[in-house]
Amino acid sequence: MPDLLLEILSEEIPARMQAKARADLQAMVLKGLDEAGVAHGAAQAFSTPRRLTLHIEGLPARTPDLSEERKGPRTDAPEKALAGFLRSTGLTVDQLERRDDKKGEIFFAVIEKPGRPVAEALAEIIPGVIRGFPWPKSMRWGTGDLRWVRPLTSILCLLDGEVVPFEVDGYVAGDETRGHRMVDPVPFAVSGLDDYRQGLLARKVILDPAERESLILQRAVGLCEGQGVSLLDDPALLREVAGLVEWPVPLIGAIEDEFRALPPEVLQTSMREHQKYFSAVDKTGRVTHFVAVANVEGADGGETIVKGNAKVLRARLADAKFFWENDLRAVERAGLEDMAASLTSVTFHNKLGSQAERVDRIAALSRDLCPVTHADPALAEQAARVCKADLASEMVYEFPELQGLMGRYYAEAANLDPSVALAAEQHYSPLGPSDTVPSDPIAVSVALADKIDTLAGFWAIEEKPTGSKDPFALRRAALGVIRLVLENGLRMRLSQPVGVALMRHVYLIGRRDAVALGEPLFDALEQFGDEGGGAERRAHFESLIAHFLSPESGMAEQLDPGFGDEMRATVADLLSFIADRLKVLLRDRGVRHDLIDAVYALGGQDDLVLLVKRVDALQAFLGTEDGANLLAGYKRAANILAAEEKKEKATIVPIPDPSLAELDEERALFAALASAEAATAPAIAAEDFGAAMGSLASLRAPIDAFFDKVTVNADDPALRVNRLALLARIREVTGRVANFAKIES
Amino acid sequence: MRGSTIRRGDRSSGDRYGETMTETTTTPRSFQEIILRLQAYWAAKGCAVLQPYDMEVGAGTFHPATTLRALGPNPWAAAYVQPSRRPTDGRYGENPNRLQHYYQYQVLIKPSPPDLQDLYLGSLKAIGIDFAVHDIRFVEDDWESPTLGAWGLGWEVWVDGMEVSQFTYFQQVGGHDCRPVSGELTYGLERLAMYVLGVDHVMEMPFNDPDAPIPLSYGDVFRQTEGEYSRWNFDVADTATLLRHFEDAEAECKRILSAEAVDPKTGKTIVMAHPAYDQAIKASHRFNLLDARGVISVTERQAYIARVRTLSKACADAFLATPAGGAEAA
Repeated sequence: MPDLLLEILSEEIPARMQAKARADLQAMVLKGLDEAGVAHGAAQAFSTPRRLTLHIEGLPARTPDLSEERKGPRTDAPEKALAGFLRSTGLTVDQLERRDDKKGEIFFAVIEKPGRPVAEALAEIIPGVIRGFPWPKSMRWGTGDLRWVRPLTSILCLLDGEVVPFEVDGYVAGDETRGHRMVDPVPFAVSGLDDYRQGLLARKVILDPAERESLILQRAVGLCEGQGVSLLDDPALLREVAGLVEWPVPLIGAIEDEFRALPPEVLQTSMREHQKYFSAVDKTGRVTHFVAVANVEGADGGETIVKGNAKVLRARLADAKFFWENDLRAVERAGLEDMAASLTSVTFHNKLGSQAERVDRIAALSRDLCPVTHADPALAEQAARVCKADLASEMVYEFPELQGLMGRYYAEAANLDPSVALAAEQHYSPLGPSDTVPSDPIAVSVALADKIDTLAGFWAIEEKPTGSKDPFALRRAALGVIRLVLENGLRMRLSQPVGVALMRHVYLIGRRDAVALGEPLFDALEQFGDEGGGAERRAHFESLIAHFLSPESGMAEQLDPGFGDEMRATVADLLSFIADRLKVLLRDRGVRHDLIDAVYALGGQDDLVLLVKRVDALQAFLGTEDGANLLAGYKRAANILAAEEKKEKATIVPIPDPSLAELDEERALFAALASAEAATAPAIAAEDFGAAMGSLASLRAPIDAFFDKVTVNADDPALRVNRLALLARIREVTGRVANFAKIES
Repeated sequence: MRGSTIRRGDRSSGDRYGETMTETTTTPRSFQEIILRLQAYWAAKGCAVLQPYDMEVGAGTFHPATTLRALGPNPWAAAYVQPSRRPTDGRYGENPNRLQHYYQYQVLIKPSPPDLQDLYLGSLKAIGIDFAVHDIRFVEDDWESPTLGAWGLGWEVWVDGMEVSQFTYFQQVGGHDCRPVSGELTYGLERLAMYVLGVDHVMEMPFNDPDAPIPLSYGDVFRQTEGEYSRWNFDVADTATLLRHFEDAEAECKRILSAEAVDPKTGKTIVMAHPAYDQAIKASHRFNLLDARGVISVTERQAYIARVRTLSKACADAFLATPAGGAEAA
């Protein structure tokens, strides 16, 4: 069967775009074939820095005959409707069929599309794919209007060895390609995939990126072994480098002694980011060698290339060393706090103030969290005060990706407590669903405070994520909060730190330009004057916060005078955002989302550790036979109630009268509900949700028996009302553990 | 159709680079020889070899032969050396790689010819870079100039891991789509020459032939001036004066552009795009000097850049209303 070979040759395609381009090319051409009803065999896409290639096996010679049927207007519809239908189908009235339908006689159009050579279909599909290709960034060149990632050189398109004739903006598809730019750029003709691959290989191009990757890795490892060092694994760099070369030639060079004392991460980052070099370490873990990947072999065995690269690296590392030594000197002389002091002039966000103000808030919140995290408040505050200091360092200015890590190095250089240094490094964590979560109490406090402060800030200025837009990575921050809380088993009502963080934001923003959100707060604070720079007002504000954080406070109760409805709504909204992230996290762990909803529906579920415990117990319970049957019984009761309540437009009050119970089964259910309720309450209070569910399990038999023997819809209206109320009791008692209505059976 | 003025290489022979230059691919001996070879190469490829623009600019792109000529439909091909000033990069002549005054070699061809990459590679060969032993790469680099309201896509070109040029297809200049698209090549001459000549410190690089009766190094020519300008740029330049000059240039630029297109004296339509653009360049450089003096805060910075961009855009609009910008002559 015929196969397709398509190559789009261009000037150098950015490495980072190649993987998606391969996938897009394949998906788009296959979609075109599918739409034309053309079956096909296996497809594979390749890329090099200069070409995107697609091969599809097992194509038929012709596209199938297609017959499309389209329903039109009624035969008695106005002229206009018929005219439109004729226009869209390209038929005349006498070509239409009249068919009887439920609604009368209807016009039908049957459009026959006879099959045609597949080459013809491809000649239409491929230009469309090229014109509509979704490059992240594309450009025009010369006098043309076509957009591609960089200027196109040529298009090769062969079906079974024959050129598929098409043209895109002056580029005529042919059977020629070119080899390596620097080695053999003369165009040459090919007849099919094998020929194409071999022709390229002979001209120093390895078509398959996976092959280039494994070749680079294998040779780089070999070179390192030869020097007695080991290559540092870097899969992302490997992918990138494989996209930068058509003919990979790894070369190894030594790093000069004077740079080997730099932190290994600094060497690795500098080499990776600027030069795309791999790092190799000796037995003590020092980075001593680099592996560069050239695109040519070099007539002198690569000697000139290594020398040149080593020279560039020397200049780069001299810069890094200069920054490192300057930073160390500054920290040793004046301490990390002094470095942090320059954050006053660095804007965090134009509505949320400077980095220094942000640090103030994080420090206060870190302290507030200490009873929960069991951290030393003074150390937590100190850690928060220096955690962003490295943002003012020369090294982080040059290599932003080293933030945190440099903070740790500089905190160590300043002889700060090891847990403070650790917090400086770890407080950004976790950065994603698989990143490690800090466990040291100081790091946990600061990491949590940092994220909560960020979330509360953007909620205060109403810059929440929308759709795919999340420029401040707030979803990631929320997930970070959840993971910090769950994986460290932190017991707290999340609304408390969230509320406090919001109050602090409003307090600070409010002084710049008053926002509606904070009006009640400012009304409450107005009685305090400006004496002593508003010290008294500040003190009162902090006392409000302290009260709010006390165990007896909570979102559900009347809060402090500073809290208006709007602020309360903002806290609730942020908590529900966090709840959504929690659902995603739990769903990924195999927890049913309806069970999470069932627990959330209880209300006030802002203790995440407790919430997850409940959900887990619920999932376990529903997995048992008792649980499944109880759910069925509940559903039966709830359905009857729902129908009744809809009819009556009123909620049925769950207060049945035991004296009206006629049958044994009825009386048994009364008793079972009472004892189940009595047993669940203490179990829930003791957070033993397994036991609480277990006591509900005792309801199963009485409920089944009740439905078996008792007619709810009794003739006696009093009896009927009482039995409905009894069903409402089932709903009430089970509802203490979870809202079973949310559970899908 | 107006064609490109660039003579193409013999394409059927497979784009072999710099065929006419094979006899000169010896290693050059001096900084100036590299410049001379580039001039000869691009002249041979059909470019008008222009002279530097006689104003202080931050990069070769600011020369009106690039910024303004990239606009409008008329074909263009020019090459030139442009002395460039970046006050914040001054290191008193002590840093081996950093200078507040340096040279760029700039090529602009409109429309970008299909073999521009090959033409570029030919120029590397012409200055003695032997492809048999060096690794040449085109590494993604998108270019954007916030003060010119311009952007383009292209690469930085690496020779053995060293960035020696920027290669850009202009997409927009002064807020206008470029149609046709210009191809722009910018060589950092000192860095490129240091690499080709195997020199580690810019000041030690031979400026003229080392065997000349009076051999001069780059340091002989520029070490002292680097020191003088570094001091002035960082500590002595009067910020009040600079600020006034910035504002004067801004006002003059706007005043020029607000003048009637028809000159009352000659009765001719004369849109003064270039004189206005001179003022935009002046404002831009005054801003760079203010920046080096450290008197511009982070937030103010954006505002200044926006003010310069406004001027650049207005000049681009004006240029498009001139014959060189493609407007019908009145």
